[in-house]
Amino acid sequence: MDYDFNFAVIWRNWDLLASGLGLGLFLAVVSIAIGCVIGLVAAFGMLSKHRVLRWLSLSYVSAIRNTPILVLILFTYFALPQLGVALEKIPSFILTLSLYAGAYLSEVFRAGLVAQPKGLREAGLAIGLTELKIRAYIIVPVMLRNVLPSLSNNFISLFKDTSLAAAIAVPDLTFYARKINVESFRVIETWMVASLIYVATCYAIAAVLRRLERRLAIPR
Amino acid sequence: MTPVLKITDLHKSFGDVKVLTGIDLTVQKGDVVSLIGSSGSGKTTLLRCVNLLEEFERGTIEIAGEAIGYREEGGRRRRLPERQIARQRAMTGMAFQQFNLFPHMTALKNVMLGLVKTKKLGQDEARAIAEKWLDRVGMIERKDHFPGQLSGGQQQRVAIARAIAMNPQLMLFDEVTSSLDPELVQEVLAVVRDLAADGMTMLIVTHEMRFARDVSTKVVFMDQGRIAEEGPPEAVFGAPKSERLAGFLANSEI
Amino acid sequence: MDLSLFLDNLWNARMSLLAGFGNTLLISLVAVILGSGLGVLVGLALSYGNLATRFVLRVYTDFLRGTPVFVLILACFYVLSVVGVDLSAFQAGVLALTLFCSSHVGEIIRGALAAIPKGQTEAAKSIGLTFGQTFASVLLPQALRQILPTWVNTATEIVKASTLLSIIGVVELLLATQQVISRTYLSLEFYFFAGFVYWLLNFLIEQAGRAVERRVSIPQ
Repeated sequence: MDYDFNFAVIWRNWDLLASGLGLGLFLAVVSIAIGCVIGLVAAFGMLSKHRVLRWLSLSYVSAIRNTPILVLILFTYFALPQLGVALEKIPSFILTLSLYAGAYLSEVFRAGLVAQPKGLREAGLAIGLTELKIRAYIIVPVMLRNVLPSLSNNFISLFKDTSLAAAIAVPDLTFYARKINVESFRVIETWMVASLIYVATCYAIAAVLRRLERRLAIPR
Repeated sequence: MTPVLKITDLHKSFGDVKVLTGIDLTVQKGDVVSLIGSSGSGKTTLLRCVNLLEEFERGTIEIAGEAIGYREEGGRRRRLPERQIARQRAMTGMAFQQFNLFPHMTALKNVMLGLVKTKKLGQDEARAIAEKWLDRVGMIERKDHFPGQLSGGQQQRVAIARAIAMNPQLMLFDEVTSSLDPELVQEVLAVVRDLAADGMTMLIVTHEMRFARDVSTKVVFMDQGRIAEEGPPEAVFGAPKSERLAGFLANSEI
Repeated sequence: MDLSLFLDNLWNARMSLLAGFGNTLLISLVAVILGSGLGVLVGLALSYGNLATRFVLRVYTDFLRGTPVFVLILACFYVLSVVGVDLSAFQAGVLALTLFCSSHVGEIIRGALAAIPKGQTEAAKSIGLTFGQTFASVLLPQALRQILPTWVNTATEIVKASTLLSIIGVVELLLATQQVISRTYLSLEFYFFAGFVYWLLNFLIEQAGRAVERRVSIPQ
């Protein structure tokens, strides 16, 4: 292949790529934080005694999980204004990604809750805690630490999904990669660098989270 | 008469650890030989070498006069091609401590697999042989059950039928009762006894000393990778010559 | 929301939406079939290949799994034309999804084979089966049963990811929907409709997967 590699254009735009990457990470962190809250509520909903709550939670999870995220993103950004909910690009994307993360995390949390021994709750009752306090101080903290590895994996796929923000022109890494691609015509270099940044970031996130998992894990 | 099994100067190590250091053992047709010894003495490894599940560095193993696993070629020792190894493995049958039944096949299909694939028998003939042996081990009524639906003792009986249906010259039993609940041990031992009484040639690794004494024509005591003592059961159990064997027997339940 | 207006427009647009849906099915089907075939080979090589093969394929799967699908699609679309491989947007998109699918299936197969106890191979060997026979009669049937749920999940992921081809101009269901929206301005209704169709398709795939699972499950 007689192709002259020229990475100069890419390096010249490193500030764009860096800001895009930063925005992507920001979007992922905010969304997983909100998603955790939604996921917890939905997980308790799925395990609730009340049929309506169960049905609502299950419908939410099924609807989100079986619908392409791009459709969800476009729906939130372009269709919701018709219902009077007009959001800027970034808040709109965060809303979608949080709801998306919440659906996946609720399954993780539900599995974590189901796996917990009954004795945990009974021990809480025995020392006179209310149901709500048992959940807040015992059930949820123990479950969260047990599901940390799944949480990490979900965070990494969420970070990859931030690439879709480019579809509504949120200036993330993919958005700038397309821009550089169009302006410089250094096609191969652009996409090589872009995907390398994604892969490297995923590895880095994984490494950081593994350390975090070890630190937070309950000693055995 | 050519012995069924003839092991000469067998050496085997895992990395730096020498597991077998010069084993010589002969098994004649109809012999029932029990290998006893503490764990780590190399008896299971010896059995696995005979079934070619382990490679060995030195020495020869002959089954019915045929050297298995390796051949000399211009003064160099080479492992035989896979196809030949597979054929030689089928000359011996092996029953494992963990049964290792194929979980996705019924008891009947488990026994038929080797008959169809290795012996190239037709379905009907394979089925007839498999049913005969399942009947022999008392499992014919459960032939359409999957391993997950059977108790440990039942699984082990099917596993024995699977091995013996191949009509091996020598049956190898590797601690077949060690992972069974105590109440299931006897049903498996009864099957082995029955086969022994029928003249099947066997090499048995076991911790069941009473069983070894009752069923064996010869008992071999292994210690630190070599054969420390061997002889008829009365001699080995009744009058141990070495202190090691006496100590081992004192610590075993008979 | 004016339901009869939407239904009128839906009826008028039925042919283009159906054509888009047909493309979605075609893209997904081809990517899943080719990707799974390739993935089985990758999984086999990852399990039984020599050191060099395993290393190369580990890089292959890690790279493909670390890159967002969207970036993969854009890269295939832009890069291949530059290096002289003339693919249509449709073909480039299908190629990207196929590679994506193969890396996931490869990893699942490797994991499933590694999870089969060693005693299975030994038992097969001891009754004289060759490696090929052992693989076909003992290992593969067990591995396939184990990967079925994850594989079905991968298939639904591919269906969802096929929406990303809309961004490089492949008229699948989502782009067909967007074209209808640009004519009718009924974004809420038509995005919702598209979302529902995807949900239904994935729901059916999931149910079909469960039915197959029940059929091939081993009685315990």
